[in-house]
Amino acid sequence: MSVEHRVTLPMGERPLLLEMDQVGKTFTGDVVALRGMSLKVNEGDFISLLGPSGCGKSTALRLISDLMLPTQGKIRWSGDHASGDLGVVFQEPTLMPWATVAQNVWLPFRLQGKSYNSVKDQVLEALKLVGLEKFLDSYPRELSGGMKMRVSIARALVTNPRLILMDEPFAALDEITRFKLNNDLLELKAQIGCTVIFVTHSVFESVFLSDRIVVMAARPGRVIQELTVEQPYPRDDEFRTSAEYAAHCRATSDALHKAMGDAA
Amino acid sequence: MSLTETAATEPMIVDAEEARRARKKKIEGIARWVLPVVVMALTIFGWDRFVVWNEIPHYIMPGPGLVAKTLVQDWPILFDSLLVTLQITLLALLVAVLGGVGLAVLFTQSRWIEMSFYPYAVILQVTPVVSIAPLIFIYVDSRIAGLLICAWIVAFFPVLANTTLGLNSADHNLRDLFRIYGATRWQRLRYLQLPSALPYFLGGLRIAGGLSLIGAVVAEYVAGTGGIGSGLAFRILEAGYRLNIPRMFAALFLIAATGVVIFACLSFLSHMLLRKWHESALKRET
Repeated sequence: MSVEHRVTLPMGERPLLLEMDQVGKTFTGDVVALRGMSLKVNEGDFISLLGPSGCGKSTALRLISDLMLPTQGKIRWSGDHASGDLGVVFQEPTLMPWATVAQNVWLPFRLQGKSYNSVKDQVLEALKLVGLEKFLDSYPRELSGGMKMRVSIARALVTNPRLILMDEPFAALDEITRFKLNNDLLELKAQIGCTVIFVTHSVFESVFLSDRIVVMAARPGRVIQELTVEQPYPRDDEFRTSAEYAAHCRATSDALHKAMGDAA
Repeated sequence: MSLTETAATEPMIVDAEEARRARKKKIEGIARWVLPVVVMALTIFGWDRFVVWNEIPHYIMPGPGLVAKTLVQDWPILFDSLLVTLQITLLALLVAVLGGVGLAVLFTQSRWIEMSFYPYAVILQVTPVVSIAPLIFIYVDSRIAGLLICAWIVAFFPVLANTTLGLNSADHNLRDLFRIYGATRWQRLRYLQLPSALPYFLGGLRIAGGLSLIGAVVAEYVAGTGGIGSGLAFRILEAGYRLNIPRMFAALFLIAATGVVIFACLSFLSHMLLRKWHESALKRET
């Protein structure tokens, strides 16, 4: 077994992977973090959750990853769902500083009780996909911020998950590194056809990366509008300067303003 | 994805400025060892002159020469006592580590256990060992066991407190990740909490090393009785009664030296375990 390379079907033909049905989360003290969120995630989608802080984007991810239980509504997976079906990338690289790069990427398998040798090929391939195969034995502190993030991405995709959740993974990086990682992420997406839910508060990032953008508003956190970006992958730097890109950014930005206006 | 970041290349000495800096670094490296040795030598010399010039009698304050001579002369007695003290210190440290880490793990596994037993740990810690020791020697027949219990009471708390703090300070995102991957309680402890706690534990261990020696010495002061199997503290007491002040100094020297050696060993252990990844053990180029 190795990292699976799935074929992404055109939008509209993709099988359903996960469905959020009127999902809400209310914390004690009647703080509504998320209200009535419905979303169908299809295999091969690259969905961005876009919105201001407090709009429930991160709450949505925590609900999907089962770290939290919804207070309303249901989240349904199509087919069997096991641990290892989900890969997660946080805002911080979240690596174990005492472990080498290879050991960090091995972690999901290690927790399934698999020895390093039995999954060595997958670990190596995941690291190859993010361009870090030469850094197997390095410790996280020896790597730059961008490289640490790559390790984190390798760890998320090493188990060949059905869905990868990314919670503002590049927000803490400088713009040059962020652009580079955006390009590389899309290349990766084109290669292995993974399904991604990507949380961001950058209009440009969401338009560049995703084929579906879910615009959210705060207080209470809720979905305002969904947009599609029908631009085939892989997208390159040319797309960043194209008229289509500008038009999409404009539309998304308007939707976001509407969301912010609603909240104000 | 392709790789853009490249590893830093070795810096090369290119100009006078860098050569000067390298020279300064070298001098600093030598001074690190030479300075303490010189200051120590001067102190001993000053002590010697002080005693000689003021004609202080040796039963009040012996000079360094006499202390050294006594150390050699009384070596058979002092060495046996040193072994006793060392044995109690190391055993107490071992039990403190086992007990401290064991309790810390237990505490982090169950809030109920922590709530129930943490007060006892604090009470044991804040009660001065000199005031508990006489009781312990009434209840415990074996003198060695009594000393061990006293030393353990003093030494175990820093291990417990630091390890508990360390086990609880694992990165919360990593905790989430472990949950998402369905880690068992044991896996979380083994792969996440124990490594996170290691730097904290080692900090506690260094404190505990010194405290277990103090505990062993203080307990022996309280225990008092001498004869075979007496440690360095008893030798000091005994020498005091006989006004054998040089031997007191010699025994004191051995206790201090033991403390320094224990601290150095534990610092070395700490460095070896953390040097690859922990901030405290990293050297930065300036």
